Amino acid sequence: MTLFDVAIIGGGLVGCSAALHLCRRDASVVLLERRYCGSQASGVNYGGVRQQGRHLAELPLARRSRQIWADLKTLVGADCEFAATGHLKLARSENEMAALEDYAERAREFGLKLELIGSAQIRERFPYLGGAVVGGSFCAEDGHANPRLVAPAFARAAEVAGAEIREGVEVLQATHDGHAFELRLFDDTVLRARRLINAAGAWGSTVSYWFGEPVPEDVMAPNMCVTDPIPYFLAPNLGVCGGDIYVRQIRRGNIIFGGGVGVADRNQIKARPLADITTQAVRLAVGLVPRLATAQVIRTWSGIEGVMPDGLPVIGPSETTPGLFHAFGFSGHGFQLGPGVGAVLSELALDGVTPTALDLFRINRFQRPHEIEISTPGDATKLMTEPVPARARSN
Amino acid sequence: MPSIVIIGAGPAAVRAAETLVRAGIRPTVIDEAPVSGGQIYRRPPPGIVRDPKKVYGFEAARARRLHRAFDDLREQIDYWPDSVVWSARDRELGVITKSGPRNLVWDRLILATGAMDRVIPFRGWTLPGIYTLGGAQVALKYQACVVGERPVFLGTGPLLYLVAYQYAVAGVKVGAVLDTASARAKRGALFGLVTGGGMFLKGLYYLAWLRAHGIPMISGVRPVCAHAGPEDAVRELEWQDARGSLHRTACDSVAMGFGLRSETQIADLCDIPFTFDMSQRQWMPTQDSHGRAAVEGIYLAGDGAGIKGAAAAELSGERAAHALLHDLGHARSAKNLEALNKRLRRFERFRRALDEKAFKFPIDLAVSADDNLMVCRCEGVTAGELRHAARKLGVTEFNRAKAFTRVGMGRCQGRVCSPAAAEILADTLGVPLEAVGRIRGQAPIKPVPMAAFLHGAAS
Repeated sequence: MTLFDVAIIGGGLVGCSAALHLCRRDASVVLLERRYCGSQASGVNYGGVRQQGRHLAELPLARRSRQIWADLKTLVGADCEFAATGHLKLARSENEMAALEDYAERAREFGLKLELIGSAQIRERFPYLGGAVVGGSFCAEDGHANPRLVAPAFARAAEVAGAEIREGVEVLQATHDGHAFELRLFDDTVLRARRLINAAGAWGSTVSYWFGEPVPEDVMAPNMCVTDPIPYFLAPNLGVCGGDIYVRQIRRGNIIFGGGVGVADRNQIKARPLADITTQAVRLAVGLVPRLATAQVIRTWSGIEGVMPDGLPVIGPSETTPGLFHAFGFSGHGFQLGPGVGAVLSELALDGVTPTALDLFRINRFQRPHEIEISTPGDATKLMTEPVPARARSN
Repeated sequence: MPSIVIIGAGPAAVRAAETLVRAGIRPTVIDEAPVSGGQIYRRPPPGIVRDPKKVYGFEAARARRLHRAFDDLREQIDYWPDSVVWSARDRELGVITKSGPRNLVWDRLILATGAMDRVIPFRGWTLPGIYTLGGAQVALKYQACVVGERPVFLGTGPLLYLVAYQYAVAGVKVGAVLDTASARAKRGALFGLVTGGGMFLKGLYYLAWLRAHGIPMISGVRPVCAHAGPEDAVRELEWQDARGSLHRTACDSVAMGFGLRSETQIADLCDIPFTFDMSQRQWMPTQDSHGRAAVEGIYLAGDGAGIKGAAAAELSGERAAHALLHDLGHARSAKNLEALNKRLRRFERFRRALDEKAFKFPIDLAVSADDNLMVCRCEGVTAGELRHAARKLGVTEFNRAKAFTRVGMGRCQGRVCSPAAAEILADTLGVPLEAVGRIRGQAPIKPVPMAAFLHGAAS
């Protein structure tokens, strides 16, 4: 029986990026995806490639990932419609503006440059904004990409680099027998690997549970909408403080927006937008950019995303099983991180260490919450700048 | 009182509503059109009075009966005209009405969502002046407009001849009626067609009338190209006859349709499992022999549940209502169900002769599309891009093709392009049509202006 260097459970962006990065270092890799690569959260999300507004603990990872986004064409042979159009985070009150100013200052320590724009200037530069906006924070490096294309592009590049990408293959159980990981597949065949990466997204806690690491992972379904094409006018990816609405326009003219959550059923693997949430999102989007009232909604959709109680992903080595590495529960903002997380996982699996800071993402933080403070450089409460909107946001 | 909702106001929906009202139920009828009648018996807008004989021809009496039946019900139903059901989930419908978005919870739901033309792309098919047969017919029935002064009718199926006849009777100079089905196929279907009785005779009459008026009718045709005139609108249709000779017919419009496809998006959003219907070459919501859908509380009727025509739709509408009543404990409905099924069975042989023999869907036309032919006009996706996705990107299924190429992702959500696109995918992959699956239904099933969500408040 083949003994793979690394087996990956989950063909989302994280798993596909890990596969590619591992193959580039000549590891033998098998990736197991129950459906199609990028068919859940990685493929159906909003498509924001955003560093701004993230929990500060995510910024080192987001910075690293951003470099990979810049090299996408070289790495996977396609730019996946990634465009650094900037991300504009808007304040609709003075308090919110103050929060943006505060964040900008903290983010600077991580090398993220944010431009603060006051009420006098904001309408001059972005004349299409509605009346409620009092100011904003602009991150020129950020932008957006087409989520439907990214994970499959990584999967194809990984395949070319030598990975075995197996779609339509469900893993029923995984164990470690003392020598290697053993994965029992849907057809009762067994597969063996030296290392195992758990990139199973909303089902990541199932895999971690197999190895004695239960974590409280919930699910959510971002409520996404798209309009027919209208003349291109909206360059930056727009977000707001609180995260109740986010809007972007792609070059061909369609407006993509989201806000709130639909319904997700993890067992049935089914997610749906909700009529009332769509109605609410339309109203908020038109409030933010009034000229959208003339567009028509042509489609809504959703997918299943794993959500952790603190809104931060689980990334890092298992506490129970050497050779097992987790990366799941991205809580609605994993798309930008995905490529970088794949690179980090390849280092963990092959070298045992990574230069990127992951301390706050440890899997054991839920069983023993006090450890979070011990392992965190600096003040943990200070890092929690924006814990609230995680559930209502998708990249 | 349980909330009983009927979607549609065509022949199936009207008879369903009537049957429910007779049993003492007050259903809600939601319809996109401002006036009842469905597509087949579509009425002129309020304020315009036209002689039904002129609008409906042979069907005038039937149309009048149906319209009167519905008008008589008006006080006994809750009628939501001008209302689009744009979303459906669990037992709740999202509806856009003239006064804003509304939600409606149902206990029992009858879907009578009708059908639309099946389209096959050919070179030039997106030129201005090219319509579907149904579109051309609605223009005539609804507002006494025509799509052109010299139209050519192209495609296959009974509707092809009916609409050509209706245009000719209205005084329009019909350039030609071009049928992709061969004359031999139609002769071969004769035995089955005869079982249609009156329907068959009416068909023969249309043919004879068109022939007597010197309108060219050619069978075994393949469309080659719609050529544009100086104003970029269609001016000429180039086609090939059964022997392979090329012809050009001057025209200012083309009405085309290759049979009908059921409108099943709401059934899909209601999570009804689908089954592949070989005769219709379409995935259809699963139902039992009385029109009960495979989801409890939902009933299917009319062409939306399977193309059988308007006369059968009235019966299946009544049947759906009786199935519903039966499930509510109305004992007498059982007898009606059997009687209706007996009458409906008579349509089956005729329908099979039409669909499987006389006017077969020209699969070869769909799959022979040139690589540079645009198949999905909303998103500008070519046949070549679909083939590339199947050959090079590992696409084996329709929704994956959609994710990679954008096919079916635009305004019409695949209602126009998916029949041909699915044939192309299946042909490229060398698998039967059902193996590529079907495009997933997503709300809104038709485009909704953002402004429509703004006024009023969701109840």
